[in-house]
Amino acid sequence: MGSPRLLYLAPLAVFAIVAAAAAYYLSSGRDPRLLPSALIDKPAPEFTAQGLSVAGKPLARGFSSAFFENRITVLNFFASWCAPCLVEHPQITALSKVRGVTLVGINYKNKPDEAAAWLARHGNPYARIGVDPTGDLAPEFGLYGVPETFLIGPRGRIRLKHVGPITVPVLKDKFLPAIQALKQ
Amino acid sequence: MRRRAVLPILLLALIFSSGSPPFRAQAIEPGEALKDAGLEERARDIGRQLRCLVCQNQSIDDSDAPLARDLRRLVRKRLVAGDTDREAIAYIHTRYGDFVLLRPPVDERTWLLWFGPAAALFVALLFLLWRLRRSRAAPPVEALSAESAARADALLREGGDER
Repeated sequence: MGSPRLLYLAPLAVFAIVAAAAAYYLSSGRDPRLLPSALIDKPAPEFTAQGLSVAGKPLARGFSSAFFENRITVLNFFASWCAPCLVEHPQITALSKVRGVTLVGINYKNKPDEAAAWLARHGNPYARIGVDPTGDLAPEFGLYGVPETFLIGPRGRIRLKHVGPITVPVLKDKFLPAIQALKQ
Repeated sequence: MRRRAVLPILLLALIFSSGSPPFRAQAIEPGEALKDAGLEERARDIGRQLRCLVCQNQSIDDSDAPLARDLRRLVRKRLVAGDTDREAIAYIHTRYGDFVLLRPPVDERTWLLWFGPAAALFVALLFLLWRLRRSRAAPPVEALSAESAARADALLREGGDER
């Protein structure tokens, strides 16, 4: 500390450190709005979802949390009013065709006839479809929008969560490897 | 003396009053409120502590977003089911993670956040104290020797002559 003149440079050094950290986080491409799920590696919440039916006519069977036992499940929250759901529909359909994977859907805050029309038009890849007409089930899964997709392991544990549409890279780099890992 | 005390008191009053603005936007809809006024008061209090995740800087009590409404309903459902305030918050915390809490929890990941400013102040005070002590402990100026004093006198006199 012999020369106080060097001390005058201290604020500059502090500024440089702060600026470097800011530059690093700004350029890392990390989206701060994406939230890590609190549910990863935790058991899926307990619930029972009624099947999708239009005017009393059942269109798909519902399911409960017991359904996740002894199978690898992809659980997808979707709605006909949700544009990104249509974007991810081909990838969701591809997931339904992966061997050893069961795809189920929760139809979120959707009128049953509109959901049925959407599925008739774009194809129904879901083995089961439960409904959440009021949004009561969604907070159990920590959902904050549609689409959201969960990968659930054979002991009913949530292994993966994806917020937003499943694009081709997300399917290839995130879901397929995780499914592969679960199979072993 | 009395006038001097007025300003700090005003500032303190300002600081403490800003914590609870008298008028607060309420997004809560009439149909949502619980009939039990005590439970409803607790639900409001919890709602102010939880972040609306799609608006990101409003509480669920302040937000009109459908998700905030669903979470408000969930809070009330938990309270009616007999949860304590802490249990109702924990229920949502385990599902939505730390981000849903407007007041971040104190744990090893947030120590810097919670204690950083106080630590920085402490370090600054230590530094200040150290500097003050050093300047006080500085060696006293040496008295002039007789020889130097004579020379200085001579120089001063010379200068005086020129003027």
